[in-house]
Amino acid sequence: MLFEKLALYMQYPFVRYALIVGVLIALCSSLLGVTLVLKRFSFIGDGLSHVAFGAMAVATVAGLSNDMLIIMPITVLSAILLLKNGQNARIKGDAAIAMISVGALAFGYLLMNLFSTSSNVSGDVCSTLFGSTSILTLTKEEVALCIILSIVVLLIFILFYNKIFAVTFDENFAKATGVKADGYNLLIAVTIAVIIVLAMNLVGSLLISALIIFPSLSAMRIFKSFKSVTVCSALLSVFCAFFGIIISIVAGTPVGSTIVAMDAAVFAVCYIIGIIKY
Amino acid sequence: MSYITVKDLSVGYDGVAVEKNINFTVEKGNYLCIVGENGSGKTTLMKTLLGLRSPLSGQIEYGDGLKKNEMGYLPQQTVVQKDFPASVKEIVMSGFEGSAGLRPFYTKAEKEEAAANMERMGISDLAGRFYRELSGGQQQRVLLARALCATKKILLLDEPVSGLDPLVTAQMYELIAGLNKDGVTIIMISHDIEAAVKYASHILHIGSDIFFGSKNEYLKSSAAKGFLATEKGGEN
Repeated sequence: MLFEKLALYMQYPFVRYALIVGVLIALCSSLLGVTLVLKRFSFIGDGLSHVAFGAMAVATVAGLSNDMLIIMPITVLSAILLLKNGQNARIKGDAAIAMISVGALAFGYLLMNLFSTSSNVSGDVCSTLFGSTSILTLTKEEVALCIILSIVVLLIFILFYNKIFAVTFDENFAKATGVKADGYNLLIAVTIAVIIVLAMNLVGSLLISALIIFPSLSAMRIFKSFKSVTVCSALLSVFCAFFGIIISIVAGTPVGSTIVAMDAAVFAVCYIIGIIKY
Repeated sequence: MSYITVKDLSVGYDGVAVEKNINFTVEKGNYLCIVGENGSGKTTLMKTLLGLRSPLSGQIEYGDGLKKNEMGYLPQQTVVQKDFPASVKEIVMSGFEGSAGLRPFYTKAEKEEAAANMERMGISDLAGRFYRELSGGQQQRVLLARALCATKKILLLDEPVSGLDPLVTAQMYELIAGLNKDGVTIIMISHDIEAAVKYASHILHIGSDIFFGSKNEYLKSSAAKGFLATEKGGEN
C-alpha cells in the first residue's frame, strides 16, 4: 500500500527533482558543516541564512525575474565579511552576526510587507522562512543549476580536503608553514554561502543551519577521526534528507521541518550511541 | 649569514608595543630559549618570527638557506584542538600541506617520511589512534612529528611542556635536545628557567631588561640574577 503510493509518486518528475536536489544540498551542507562546527563558526550559517532572506525580500520587491542575481552576491559578500570579522575578534564577531542576522530578518519582512504585490504576505514570509513547497515546484533549469553547483562544491571539497583539514585543525601552524590559510578560509566562506542560498529552497532560511550542523554533530558523537566524521556526516545528512522528503510527501507534512526533525532524531540516537560506546 | 637576524624589533597588538628594541640572531644548530615574565610578549614575538603577525617596527631577516615558510611550529594547544576528531596520522600528515602547494593528495614519499617522523618521536604505535584520546605528552609528540614533516631546519616551540607531569616533561626535554643534536635548530619559549639553562645554547630574556647572549653570559648577567632569584623564591 505504502510502496504503491510511493511508486506512484515517483512517476512524477517533481518528486524525482525534489529528491535529487534535496539529497545534493544535504550532502554539500553536511561536508562543510564539519569544518564550521570545529572552527566554532556554526553561527555563521545561521547569520548568512538570514542575510539571504533579506536579500530575497529585496529581490522580490525589485521585481527581478531571477532573484539569484541579488541573493547570491549579497550572501557571498556577507560570508566574507563575517568570517574576516570573526577571526579578528571572536566575541565582537558573535555580536556582529547576531546584529546582522536579526537586522536582515526585520528588514526583509518590512520590505515584503510594504511593497508586496502578493495578497498573502504572511504566507510568503512563512514559506521563505520555513521552506516552502517550492522544492516540489522546481523547474528543470533550477534542478540543473543545483546539480552543477553541487558538483562544484563536491569537487572543491575533495580537491582541498587535506588543506581544509590543516586549516581547521591548526590555522596558525598552517599559516606558519606556508599554507595560504586566509585564501582557504575565504573559499570555505564562499562555498558555505553558495550552499545556503541553494538550501533556502529546500528547508527555508530559518532551518538551514540545522542542515549544516546536525549531521556533523551527530557524526562526532560516534566517530573520532576527521575522515570518518566527514563521511558519516554526509551519509546521515543524505539519509535524513531522502527519508524526510519521502515522509513529507506521503504524510503531507512541510518538507523543511520534516527533514530537520529527522536530523534531530538521528542526533538523539547518535548521542545515546556515543554515551553507551564510550 | 645567520638563520634569523632580528634588528630593533617591536612586537605587539593593534599598534601597541608589548616589547621594544629586541635584537638577536639565531645560527644554524642553535638552541635558543626565550624566557621572561608572563605578558612580556614571548608568544607575540614567536608569532612575529613566524610571520603570523607583522612587526610594529624593526626587521627580521631570514638567511643561510632558511625561508620564511620553512619554520616548524609547536603552538600552545587551543580548546578546539583538545576535542578535535582526528587520527594521529591525519594530523602528522597535515604538516606537509605547506609544501604541497595546490596538489590535493599526499605522495608516497610523504607518507614514508611521516612514518619515519612518527618513529623518531616514538609514536609509531599510536598512528591509528585518535588525538583526543591521547595524553598531553603523546599529543605534544604528535604535534612535534607534524612540525618535522613541515621542516627539518628549525622548530619554534611555545611552552612545549606546559601541563605535563615531571616525568613526561623530562622526556620531552630530552626528545627536543635529541632533535637539536641531530641538527634541528630550536627556538623555545619556556617558563622553566632551570631547564632553559640546562639545555639551551643561547638565552633571550625579554621583559623590563632585554638580554641576549650565550647561556654562560646569561648566568653572569643582571637580568638572570633578578629572574632566577624571583623564580626560586616563587617556588619555595
